Amino acid sequence: MSHSMEYNKRLQRRHRADRRFKYYGMAAIAFALAFLAFFFVDIIGKALPAYQQAYIQVPISYNADVKDNYNKAITRNYRYLVSRSYLRTLPKKLLEHPELLGTTEHTWVLASYRVDQYIKGHEGNGLKSKYRPHVDQMLKEKKIELRFNTLFFTHGDSKMAETAGVLAAAVGSILVLLITMAVAVPIGVMTAIFLEEFAPDNRWTQMLEVNINNLAAIPSILYGLLGLAVFINIAGVPRSSALAGGLTLALMTLPVIIITTRAALRSIPDSIRDAAYGLGASNLQTVWHHVLPLAFPGILTGSIIGLAQAMGETAPLLIVGMMAYIPEAPSGIFDATTVLPAQIYTWSSESIRAFEERTAAGILVLLTVLLSLNAVAVWLRNRTQKTW
Amino acid sequence: MTTANIFFWFATGLLPLSLMVFLFARQKAHTLEKEHGFLHSRPGFYGWYAVIKFASPALIVGIICSVLSMFNLLHVPGIMIIGTAFALGGLSLWFALKHIKHEFRARQPVEKAMTVLLLIAAMISILTTLGIVFSVIFESIRFFHIISFWDFITGTVWNPDTAFLIGAGRGDEASVPDFGSVPIFAGTFMITGIAMLVAVPIGLFAAIYMSEYASHTWRNRLKPLLEILAGIPTVVYGFFAAITISPLVVEAANAVGLHADYTNALTPGIIMGIMIIPFISSLSDDVIRAVPQPMRDGSLALGTTHSETIRHIVLPAALPGIVAAFLLGASRAIGETMIVVMAAGLRPNLTANPLEGMTTVTVKIVEALTGDQEFDSAFTLAAFALGLVLLTVTLILNVVSTIIIRKFRQRYE
Repeated sequence: MSHSMEYNKRLQRRHRADRRFKYYGMAAIAFALAFLAFFFVDIIGKALPAYQQAYIQVPISYNADVKDNYNKAITRNYRYLVSRSYLRTLPKKLLEHPELLGTTEHTWVLASYRVDQYIKGHEGNGLKSKYRPHVDQMLKEKKIELRFNTLFFTHGDSKMAETAGVLAAAVGSILVLLITMAVAVPIGVMTAIFLEEFAPDNRWTQMLEVNINNLAAIPSILYGLLGLAVFINIAGVPRSSALAGGLTLALMTLPVIIITTRAALRSIPDSIRDAAYGLGASNLQTVWHHVLPLAFPGILTGSIIGLAQAMGETAPLLIVGMMAYIPEAPSGIFDATTVLPAQIYTWSSESIRAFEERTAAGILVLLTVLLSLNAVAVWLRNRTQKTW
Repeated sequence: MTTANIFFWFATGLLPLSLMVFLFARQKAHTLEKEHGFLHSRPGFYGWYAVIKFASPALIVGIICSVLSMFNLLHVPGIMIIGTAFALGGLSLWFALKHIKHEFRARQPVEKAMTVLLLIAAMISILTTLGIVFSVIFESIRFFHIISFWDFITGTVWNPDTAFLIGAGRGDEASVPDFGSVPIFAGTFMITGIAMLVAVPIGLFAAIYMSEYASHTWRNRLKPLLEILAGIPTVVYGFFAAITISPLVVEAANAVGLHADYTNALTPGIIMGIMIIPFISSLSDDVIRAVPQPMRDGSLALGTTHSETIRHIVLPAALPGIVAAFLLGASRAIGETMIVVMAAGLRPNLTANPLEGMTTVTVKIVEALTGDQEFDSAFTLAAFALGLVLLTVTLILNVVSTIIIRKFRQRYE
C-alpha cells in the first residue's frame, strides 16, 4: 500500500516537473514577445511627438536693416522663440519682393526647437525660464500651435533640430541600395546557378561552398575594413560616396542572396530539367527557360530579405565614411551621401535633447520600411510556395 | 579621371552598343533562316555570339587598364583606353559577323562563354574572402612593425594618444603609445558572456517549446514574431539600449545600493542577448526537429514523461547541433558593432564588474577609423590589427560549428 502511495507521489512529482518544463518554454517565448512589445511601445511613444512641430505667430517687420542683419526683423522678446532657419531666409525674401520694405506682418513661422520641446512638455527643453511665461501666454492666446511636421519628410539633416529631416538620408538609402542590388543580385544569382546547375561536384566546388557559408557569418564591420582598404584606398572610389557604400553592402549581401537562390533552385524538381533535356535543350537553355522562371519567386524573396538586411546595416558604412553631415540629398553616386541608419546614429549622438525624438521618428520610418519589406517577403513565400 | 570614373563610363557606353550588336546579329540570323529555311541554333544565339565577341575584348582591355592604373603601374588617358577597347571590340565583331552562316553552330560557343561568366561570378565570393583576409593582414603587418605583436596581445594598457605624433614623424618627442589590447578583449568577452547568458536559456527553451510542444499553427505564428527580433537594425537596438535600458539598469543598481555607469557592460550585453535569441532558437529548433521520431517514441513507450524524453533523449542527441548554434550565436555577439558603439563605453577598462563601463574590439575599430586621424598612423592601423583578431576568432567559431553540424547530420542520415 505504502509502496503504491510512494509511487503515486513520485508520479505526481514527475508530472509536475513535466508541466514546469513546458512552462519554462512558454516563459521564454513570452519574455521575448514581451520585450518586443515593450520595445515597440517605447520607440513609438518616443517618436510620435516628432511628427508634430510648433509654429508661432509673430510680427515680422521688413525694415531696411534686415538686409544686413536678419535679427532686426523681429523684436528681441520674439527672436529667441523663432527658428533661426526661418529668419535667415528674410534678407533674400526682401530682395525678391522689394515692395515689402517698411511693412509689418503678423505671420505664422516655425518656432525654435526650445519652444517646441517646452510645449510638448519635455524635460531638458533648454527654454530659458524668463521666456516661459511669455510662451505660456502666447499658447493661451493660441498664437502657438502644433502642426503636422511636413519638414521632417521634405528636409535633409540640419544643425537646428526644428528643421532636421530624413529626406537626404532616405534618398541616400535608395541610391545605395540600388547599387547594392544592381551588383549583388546578378552576381549572387549567377554564383548560385553555377553551383547548383553547372559546377562539377569536386573539391573546388566544396571549397567554394564552405567559403560562402563563412562569408555569411563574417561580422559586417570587417566588410567595412575591406571597403576602406580596397574600394577607397586602392580603387579610388570617393570616401562617403553612395558607390563606396553600395559596393561594400553588395559584398555583404552576396552570401545571403547566393544561399537563398540555391535553396530556390534546389526546390525545382529534376523532372523539369529532364523534360527540357529530352526535347534537346542545352544546359543553358534549360536553366534560362525553365528552371529560372520557376525559381523566380524564391529568388525574389531572397533578394528582398537581403535588401532588408542591407538597408538596416550601419557598421560597415561608418567605416567607409557615410556618417558625414549631409543636409542636401545627393545628386550622384560619387557625392557624399548618408543613409537612414547612419542618420539615426548621428542624431542619436547629438547632445540637444530635441534630436532624441527625431532619432526615434527616424527609427520608426526605418522600421516601417523594413517590416513591410519582410512582410512582403513572407507573403510572397507563402503565396508562391509549391509542393511539386 | 579616376579608375572608378573610367569604369563607370565604360559600362554605360558598352551596354547600349551591345544591345545594338545583339539586335543586328539576330536580324542577320533571321534573314539567313528565311533564305535557307534552316538555322543550326536559335537566332538569339547568334545575337549573343556577336555580343560576346564584341564585348569581351573591350571589357578585358578596360579591366586590365583599370587594374594597372589602380596599382599605379601604368597611366593611360581614359579616352585612349576607351578608344582602344572599342576598336578591338569592333574588329573582333567584324570577324564574328563573317562567321554567321546558316550552318554555323552558335550555341556551343555561347554556352561555353556563359559557363565561364558564371564561374567568374562565383569567383567574386572567393575574391571577397581574400580581400578581407589580405586587407586586414597587410595593414596589421604594418602595425606590428611599429608595435610588437607580444605587447599588443598581452599588454594591459591601451593608451594610443601619442600615436599620431609618431605618424607625423615626430615620434621622438612623445612617449611610446601603449597598444595593450587585453582590456579590450576583456570587455568583448564580458559583453559576449552576458549576451550568451541571456540568449542561451531563452533561445533554447523557446526552441524546445516550438519544436516539441507548440502546435503547427502556433509554431507558424510564433516563429515570424521571434524573427522580428533578428530583423531590427542594430543601430535601433543601440539607441534603445542607450536611451531606455541603460537608465533602467542604473536605477536598478542604485535601488540595491550599487553604483552603475551609464555606459555599463550589462546593458549592451542584455540587448545583444535578446538580439541573438532568434539565431539560437531557430538553429536549435532545426536540430531538435532533425532528431528521429523513433527515438522519442521508444523513450515514451518506456513510460517517461514528455519532458523526461526531451531532457534525457532528445537534447543529448541534438547536443552537438545545439552547441554549434551557441558558437554561431557567440560569433555574432563578438562581431556586433552598433549596440556596443552606442551603449558601451569608449574607455578600455580591465574589470570584472559588469556595471562599469567597458569597451570592445568593434568599438575600437569604429573609433579609430571614423576620426580625423592620418590613415598611416599606428592608431588607425591598430583597427586592422583588432580586425585581424576579430576575423580569426569568428572564423574559428564558424568553422568549428560547421564541422560539428556536419558530423551531427551525418549521424542521422
